[in-house]
Amino acid sequence: MVTTTAAVLAGDTAKRRGRGKRPRRSAATRGDWIVGYTMVAPVVLGSLAFVIVPLVTVFWYSLHDWNVLANTFTFAGGENYERMLSDQGLHDSLLASLWFSIGLVILNIALALFLAVMLNQKLPGTTTFRTFFFSPVVVSLVAWTIVWSFLLQADGGINGFLNLLGIHGPNWLRGDFTAMLAVIVVQVFKNVGMNMILFLAALQGVPEELMEAARIDGARAWRRFWSITVPMISPTILLVSILTIVGSLEVFAQIDVLTQGGPGNSTTVLVYYLYQQAFQFNDFGYASAVSVLLFIIVLILTLLQWQTRKRWVFNEN
Amino acid sequence: MKTETETAQHSRVTEPSTGTSQSSSTGSGRRSAPLRAVTGSGVQKRRWGRAALVVVLAVISIPFIFPTLWMATSSLKPMSEILAKVPTLWPTDPSFDAYGEVFRLQPFAQQYWNSLYIAAIVTIGTMLFAAMAGYAFARIRFPGVNILFLIVLVGLLVPSEVTIVPLFRFVNELGLINTHWPLIVIPIFGAPAVLAVFIMRQFFLGLPGELEEAGRMDGLGRWGIFWRIAFPLSRSALAAVAIFTFLKSWNLYLEPIVYLSSKKMFTLPQALTQYVDAYGGPMWNVQLAATTLTVLPVLAVFLIAQKQFVQGLAQSGLKG
Repeated sequence: MVTTTAAVLAGDTAKRRGRGKRPRRSAATRGDWIVGYTMVAPVVLGSLAFVIVPLVTVFWYSLHDWNVLANTFTFAGGENYERMLSDQGLHDSLLASLWFSIGLVILNIALALFLAVMLNQKLPGTTTFRTFFFSPVVVSLVAWTIVWSFLLQADGGINGFLNLLGIHGPNWLRGDFTAMLAVIVVQVFKNVGMNMILFLAALQGVPEELMEAARIDGARAWRRFWSITVPMISPTILLVSILTIVGSLEVFAQIDVLTQGGPGNSTTVLVYYLYQQAFQFNDFGYASAVSVLLFIIVLILTLLQWQTRKRWVFNEN
Repeated sequence: MKTETETAQHSRVTEPSTGTSQSSSTGSGRRSAPLRAVTGSGVQKRRWGRAALVVVLAVISIPFIFPTLWMATSSLKPMSEILAKVPTLWPTDPSFDAYGEVFRLQPFAQQYWNSLYIAAIVTIGTMLFAAMAGYAFARIRFPGVNILFLIVLVGLLVPSEVTIVPLFRFVNELGLINTHWPLIVIPIFGAPAVLAVFIMRQFFLGLPGELEEAGRMDGLGRWGIFWRIAFPLSRSALAAVAIFTFLKSWNLYLEPIVYLSSKKMFTLPQALTQYVDAYGGPMWNVQLAATTLTVLPVLAVFLIAQKQFVQGLAQSGLKG
C-alpha cells in the first residue's frame, strides 16, 4: 500500500516543486497553510499520542522489570529479552502462531481462489452464492465464534450430525490437533469471503483474449487455470497471502472464546500469550518485550507486502 | 490512477452477473461457444458440468450459512433439547424463554446501547476527521505535509495489540479505566483511523481541480470548498469508511475486556461470553439468543446495502 503512497507522494512532490516556483507567497497561501495544519492536526496529534509515543514507550517498558501487582518498576536492561530466549511458553506460542498462520493461509487462499474462480464462471445463482460466502464477514466475530463453539462441543451440532451418519466425532476443542484445526477453520469461514472478492476482482482483470487464444490452442480448463489465470493474478495471490498472514498474527477473540489457548497451551498464539503475560500474570515488562517481538514480526511481513505491492502496481500499469 | 482501476474492478465485481447467467447453459457468455456448440452432445455435457458446479457451490455454502441459521433456531430450544444426541433442525417446542433470560441475567439492553452509541460516535468521528485530514493531505500544499503524512502512516504498521500495554497504562493514569473514553477516542484519532485517512486521501487526490477552482471563483475559502464541494462529493469513499469503521468498533474485543470491568459498561462482544451458569459452563440457549440479537440487525443491513458493504470492505481489505 505504501508503495502506492510513496509513488503518489513522489508524484506530488514533483508537481509541488514545479508549482513551488511561484513568485510570491500571498496571504491567501498562508491562510491555506493554516487551514491545512488545522485539518490534519487531530489525526497527526492522535497518531503521536496513540501510536508513536506508545510504540516508543513499549520499547522502553520492555527494558524494565515491571510487575503491576507488586508495583515494581526497575531498569533491567536486556533481561526480558534474555528470558525470551529460554522461555518455553513463548517458543510454544511462536510455534502455535506459525501453525495457525500456515494452516490459515493455505486453506484460506485455496478456498478463496476456488470460490472466486467458480463465481467467475457466470453460473446461475452466482449473486446469491456470493452473498452466502461473504455474509460471515459482516457477522460479529465473537458471535460467529460462539456459534461455532456451540457446534464444536462434544455433544454439539457437528458431532450430532456425524452421529446420524454413524460416525463418532472427537471432542474437537479438547484435542491438541483438532483444537488448532477448529480455530483455523472457524477463521477461514469467517473471512474467506473477503479474499474471494479480492481474487474475483483480479480474475476479472484477466484479458478474455488470452483465455480465448489458449482455448483455440486446445488448452483444457485445468491447464488454462494454471498456465494463464494463476500467473496473471499471482501478484494478487502473493499480496492477499501476506495480508492474511499479518491478519492471522492478530487473532485473539477466536482463541479466547473457543479454547482460551488450550488444551494445554496448544492454541496459545503470540497475541494470546502477550495478553496472558500482561493482564493475567500482570508482568507488564515481559509483556512489553513480547509486544516488541510481535511488532518486529509484523513489520517484516508488512515490508514484504510493500515490495509485493510495488510489483503489483507495476503489473497493473 | 491506481484507485480508479481499483474502483472500476470493485464495481465490476459487485455488479450482479445475472444478466449473463440466463444464457449460461449454452455458454454464450464466451465467444468460443459457437465453435463448441456445433455438436449437440457438447452442449449437453457442458450443461451437466455447470449443473454439477452449482451443486458443489451449494454444498460449500453450508458452513457459511448453516451456523447462522443454527444459531437462530437453537436459541428457540430449551436447554434439554439444545445438545440433543439427535440434532433437531427445528425446535420441537419453540419458545422465546431464552430471550427473556438474556435481559434478566445481564443489563443486555444497556450493553447493546453501549456498543451502538460507541460505534456510532466512532464512525461519525472517523468520517469527519479522516475526511478533513485526507482532504488536507491530498489538496493543500503546506510545508511538512509529507512528514506529517508519514507520521500518520506509521499507524498502519502497528497492530493494536502491540501498544495495548502502554495505552492501558496511559488510560489508567488518566483514571479512565471502566469508562468508554478509550474505546471512543483511541479509534477515532489513533491507529484504527489511519486506513480511513488513507482512503479519503486517495479519493480526494482524484478530485478534479476545476471543481475547487470553480468554488474559489464563487468566493469560497478553503473551508467552504471542503464543506460545500469536496466533502459532499466524497460520499462513496465515506460510505466505505463508515462501513468498515462501524464493523470494527462493533466487533472490538481485546480493548473492551482490557479497559472495562463492570457489566453495565460492557459492550456486546464481551457481554455475549458472560452467559454462563454457576459452574462456568455456557448457557447455550441464552448465549445463542443474545448472539442472534447481535447478529441479525447487521446481517439485515448487509442484505439491504450489499453492494456498498462488499465494495467498502474490499477496499479496506486491500489497503489494510
